[in-house]
Amino acid sequence: MNFAEHFLHERRKLVTRRYFFRECGVGLGALALASLLRGNEALAATAGNPLAAHAPQFPARAKRVIYLFQAGGPSQLDLFNHCPGLAKYDGQPIPKEIVKDQRYAFIKPDAALFASRFQFARHGQCGAELSEALPYLAEVVDDIAIVNSMTTPAFNHAPAQIFMNTGSTIFGRPSMGAWVSYGLGSESQNLPAFVVLSSAGGTSGGSGNWGAGFLPTVYQGVAFRRSGDPILYLANPPGITSDMQRRSLDALKDLNQDRLDVVGDPEIATRINSFEMAYRMQTTAPELMDLAKESKQTLEMYGAVPGESSFANNCLLARRLVERGVRFVQLFHEAWDHHSDVTGGIKKECGATDKPCAALIKDLKQRGMLEDTLVIWGGEFGRTPMVETNKEAGRSQGRDHHPQAFSMWLAGGGIKPGLTLGKTDEFGFNIVQDPVPVHDLHATILRLLGFDHTKLSYHFQGRDFRLTDVEGELVPKLLA
Amino acid sequence: MVDYVRDVQPILAQNCYTCHGAHKHESQLRWDNKEIALQGGEHGPDIIPGHSADSRVIELVSGAVPDLIMPQKGDRLTAQQIGILRAWIDQGAPWPASASVKAVDPRRHWAFKAPIRPPIPSVQNKHWPRNAIDSFVLARLEAEKLRPSPEADRSTLLRRVSLDLTGLPPTIQEMEDYLADHSPDAYEKQVERLLASPHYGECWARHWLDVARYADSNGYEKDLSRSIWPYRDWVIDAYNANLPFDQFAIDQLAGDLLPDATQAQKVATGFLRNSMLNEEGGIDPEQFRNEGIIERMDVLGKAFLGLTINCCQCHDHKYDPFPQKEYYRLFAFLNNDDEPLMEVPDQAGQAKRAAIQRKIADIQDQFMAQYADLPQKMEAWERDMKAMEGTWTVLEPQTYYASVGTKFTKLDDNSLLATGSNPGVSQYTVTARTKLKGITGFRLEALADANLPYYGPGRADNGNFVLSEFSVGASPDAPNAPTNEVALQNATADFSQPGYPASAAIDGTITNKIGWAVEDLPGRRNRSRQAVFESKEAVGWEGGTVLKFTLNHSYGSEHALGRFRLSVTTAPHPLRADPLSRHAREILALAPQQRSVAQRRELFDFYRMTDPRMAETNKKIEDEQGQWPSAPTTLVLAARDYPRPTHVFIRGDWQKPGALVTPGVPSIFPALPKDAPLNRLTLARWLVDKRHPTVARVIVNRIWQAYFGRGLVATSEDFGTQGDAPTHPELLDWLACEFMDSGWDVKHMQRLIAESATYRQSSVVSPRLLERDPYDQLLARGPRVRVDAEIVRDIALSASGLLDGQIGGPPVYPPIPDGVLTLGYGSPMTWETKAGDRYRRALYTFVKRSVPYPSLQVFDAPTGESPCPRRSPSDTPLQALTTLNDPVFVEAAQALALRVWKHGGKDDRTRLRFAFELCTGRPPSPKETAVLSSLLQDESQFFSDRTARAVQVATQDVKNPPQDVNLEKVAAWTMVTRVLLNLDETITKE
Repeated sequence: MNFAEHFLHERRKLVTRRYFFRECGVGLGALALASLLRGNEALAATAGNPLAAHAPQFPARAKRVIYLFQAGGPSQLDLFNHCPGLAKYDGQPIPKEIVKDQRYAFIKPDAALFASRFQFARHGQCGAELSEALPYLAEVVDDIAIVNSMTTPAFNHAPAQIFMNTGSTIFGRPSMGAWVSYGLGSESQNLPAFVVLSSAGGTSGGSGNWGAGFLPTVYQGVAFRRSGDPILYLANPPGITSDMQRRSLDALKDLNQDRLDVVGDPEIATRINSFEMAYRMQTTAPELMDLAKESKQTLEMYGAVPGESSFANNCLLARRLVERGVRFVQLFHEAWDHHSDVTGGIKKECGATDKPCAALIKDLKQRGMLEDTLVIWGGEFGRTPMVETNKEAGRSQGRDHHPQAFSMWLAGGGIKPGLTLGKTDEFGFNIVQDPVPVHDLHATILRLLGFDHTKLSYHFQGRDFRLTDVEGELVPKLLA
Repeated sequence: MVDYVRDVQPILAQNCYTCHGAHKHESQLRWDNKEIALQGGEHGPDIIPGHSADSRVIELVSGAVPDLIMPQKGDRLTAQQIGILRAWIDQGAPWPASASVKAVDPRRHWAFKAPIRPPIPSVQNKHWPRNAIDSFVLARLEAEKLRPSPEADRSTLLRRVSLDLTGLPPTIQEMEDYLADHSPDAYEKQVERLLASPHYGECWARHWLDVARYADSNGYEKDLSRSIWPYRDWVIDAYNANLPFDQFAIDQLAGDLLPDATQAQKVATGFLRNSMLNEEGGIDPEQFRNEGIIERMDVLGKAFLGLTINCCQCHDHKYDPFPQKEYYRLFAFLNNDDEPLMEVPDQAGQAKRAAIQRKIADIQDQFMAQYADLPQKMEAWERDMKAMEGTWTVLEPQTYYASVGTKFTKLDDNSLLATGSNPGVSQYTVTARTKLKGITGFRLEALADANLPYYGPGRADNGNFVLSEFSVGASPDAPNAPTNEVALQNATADFSQPGYPASAAIDGTITNKIGWAVEDLPGRRNRSRQAVFESKEAVGWEGGTVLKFTLNHSYGSEHALGRFRLSVTTAPHPLRADPLSRHAREILALAPQQRSVAQRRELFDFYRMTDPRMAETNKKIEDEQGQWPSAPTTLVLAARDYPRPTHVFIRGDWQKPGALVTPGVPSIFPALPKDAPLNRLTLARWLVDKRHPTVARVIVNRIWQAYFGRGLVATSEDFGTQGDAPTHPELLDWLACEFMDSGWDVKHMQRLIAESATYRQSSVVSPRLLERDPYDQLLARGPRVRVDAEIVRDIALSASGLLDGQIGGPPVYPPIPDGVLTLGYGSPMTWETKAGDRYRRALYTFVKRSVPYPSLQVFDAPTGESPCPRRSPSDTPLQALTTLNDPVFVEAAQALALRVWKHGGKDDRTRLRFAFELCTGRPPSPKETAVLSSLLQDESQFFSDRTARAVQVATQDVKNPPQDVNLEKVAAWTMVTRVLLNLDETITKE
């Protein structure tokens, strides 16, 4: 067992029991618990709190992640992957030898090719191609790496979202945010390690997208609400002020401490700490949510309006969350399933998301945080080069799901800026260069966070599970 | 000299072990085991000691065979490394035995041998053991030089056993009765009382439902609601009735196949139906049907076998002796079912239905007896009917597709079954070829099918459909021939719903919401129906004809055909839909004297519609039929007449079928009885055969886990080679044998455990013992664990007196915070809190897979997305926020305060004791009394001049606060009871 394995093994053992140590102000005094850890003094300092921050296996390039999940499957062909072949053969059936035996849900495989209605141009020093639907992203294109060669095995929304987020199409596996929280803990004493924000529709994958799977629940994403208290049950009940809550918690602490002294179960210490952290969360979270504290300039840059629920507000919140030590923030914007009028749909959703995405990059950069914050943008799959038209269903000028090739972008946290990775054929149907399967993306993200993806594992039901399942190769070209 | 350990082993470890080591043995070769390495794998010896040049391994690592260079993954060996290997081989390949990993034959793993009842060990302390369990536990403790803890005090013990057996804390009365009972078997009497409580079934059903991945919604993106709660209630009833576990297992896996299966036994098959169902628009239904079976295999493995057989979906099991092929042989048992929705009338409903049927039969019999000329009349009618049968040629569909999402399965009778996406409106297009000429009409059969709602024949939630428009195009069977619309006329049907005649399907419009529909009176719905359409002019060309049928369903709400078949005829006009069902035709074919009474009635049922003298009687019958009571439904299995072929899926991919397999069980286990039919029933009986090595152990282990927080095998889901070894192997085997020998008597096992001295120990732990045995593996103390999510809520409701103890019934919708449901896809489901929903036990809360109920999820309740044989308990700040601030818990605190104020005694000290006992089951210590009294005093003072705030704190309904109480006092008490409900001890089983 190498050190990293040993470290994780020990931590796992301890996490299971969640022994808690004196840093939280709860004495285990007489229990002399430290002796349980003889030989593991190095761990003793952090072992009790499963969310205590700790170092990864290697020096990390990224310390935290903001994942802008574009659920529904944005059309890569109208945003990132400029395919001149589409314009050339617009309206003609796609060649059979390209499609092979792929079956589609809503279109026939010989449907006509459908050229993007957006113009593409090169931007920045790097000269990356972007569609005109992304004018703001064009301003930061030198800071991001575009991958035009993502590929996934899953064709339908729920399995594909679950696959992108957990590395498996089977429900019940831990999500990436849960793995990262498990691996790195949290820098925040007052907020969850993994926060989920959402705009537009609810997600196809449901809460499985941010679930802890078989990892302890403490690593599960906490979905902030769009209105009212961000965290469920954050506010005191009617009539109970913070002082009153404190009085109650003091009595509770005394009573629990008393019971701990009598029965000696260290789990009680963990519970005392949970109540204390809950109290801190009650005071921290409202301040966190108060976007009015941001400068006018910042609000304007994001297009954020205090009090609204929007993707723009969520981007700004994401920055505020990572500033406060949250490890993994994931935004879900379920709005890109453009089976009809893909052009109109892209315009609308880019209108809602392009500016804040770019603002987030700029803002992180100006605060010196981009360098160790990994930003990820992308959906669960892409969309077909062929048109989806269906009179009975009232659909026209749309695109169906396309798992073979789609686009994502990444920025910061050790990602090579200005890169455009991967090529598809002239229709954007198949990848011809540098394919990046989802597990490879996961392996690369974990490496940026300081982990060998094969070593960040959890023993469950007879084997070591990991985010990359039994796959995953690092994509060195993505690394700065 | 090359040294193996210093020089050679590192090279092998770094380059070879990944594929030829402990985990993978590619080509049956291992480089970490001396014996195997020197002997060689399936390709023969790789090392010839003393002759490196002749050794295959050197050939392969040096690249001499270009297609086969070792290692196949990773870097090539360096020249220096190859040199070391050669030198070592030439030295004679010396390999010290100490540097060889033991290669264990997984087939000899302990769990694969049937348990044999071990002798009860003798112990030094003869006084402590109360039953055999204790002797095993004590023997181990004595060997470890440890002593058991003293028995827990009586109040702790009663609370513990109440929570374990019923999931509810004892009431104050129950506690007082027990404390006042000084008879020697006072505790045993309590165990009996609790086992007889109907709440026992609720509590233990919840454990089983975790494994059974019970949920009230289908999962995946759409996550629509399903009705399968009768299965949940069946589990509760089974525990309460103490159904022997073997029968419990057989009913759930194969209740439908039992001779004279009862309704309850069919309901039990919902166990397998609990798998998720993807209804997303663009799915391939066959993919998700297969995923459903794969998931059922997983539950078979986790619930009964205690094995991770799901690993074998893609490949042979890496650690346990299960080849992939054997997985698919097991899969074949589960691959042969239709998936109907079954009506489950309760007893009253069943009686009412039987009464209606009897009454209708009586009315018919009366009429039949009334008219002497009936035999002649019927004879004539029968002749007419026989002449009317017509000659129809069934068309074989060539192409078939739907406008949106829906996929079709072509069945053996050339009918099409619509599956997958079920959109609101839909249009089907079917083409078929025929050589017939002079086609005079078309027949559309709407066929009942087990896989449709209520057997269909439509896909609407009641099994109906509305065929808005039926049209036919015809063209000569030649390339590029133009298609001509066929003009249709004279539409008839064997049955049409009033207002929805078959003629509406050819009225040329889809916008009027009218078409052919078939909803009949209740109890007579969901039968196969047919419509016939004449073509105005004969259709058909020399050389063949292509017919293109368009079936439009524009009514909405999923009113599309579910299963249908198309036919043509060349018979002369007029054409009429056959009024007789297929079954009636079979009766008609029998000679009248051969027909049974029931068959005569069935035929008469058709005749009576044609006899004008029957008009009044028909109305009476219709009125009776109209009384047919509706019933809840549940999801069940129904074996198909013709099994599906099952293939090995290459790398687990359903699109890559490999070898065809027959049903069979893994070879590591006892064989199936000879000549037994290869069906689920045989499989179920095999599982609970006493020779089966894992099932009884797995079940007693999970029972044990529920009491002690961990099983004797901690990995209760995995008894394979990668699972934990049992802490007390003999005890496990003794329990397994006792379980089987008792006739799989679950309550017997509950008594054994609950009454053991082991279980009765105090859970107070000394620092020394904690250091020695932090996980309580040696059982030198009693269990102390936080209760399950559902019980956290149930305790609060119970202590406060709010709990509604009603058992069973449809799921309930207690209040859910705003915004939670919108996290799921699409428009949020209706979540209406009805009267009676608020205070039911958590077990009955609607389980929505994509959006778990927050206060249950936060305390680690499973979501029903996969089988959960063991919950992973956590302790988080979000739990604290929930019990502090969730309105359900706040309401409980308020109700408890009111209860304390009204019924808790005359002074605060007595009240405090009352409240404390309601939450923890024991009186407070002086120190605890001091802390709480001081809090009460502070809060009383605080509220004394803050009446408005007191009202806010003390009650839900600030406009109508309780009148007859001092609200300032109740508010102060609310602050105290809120603390009490949040105590670690309150939500812990001590």
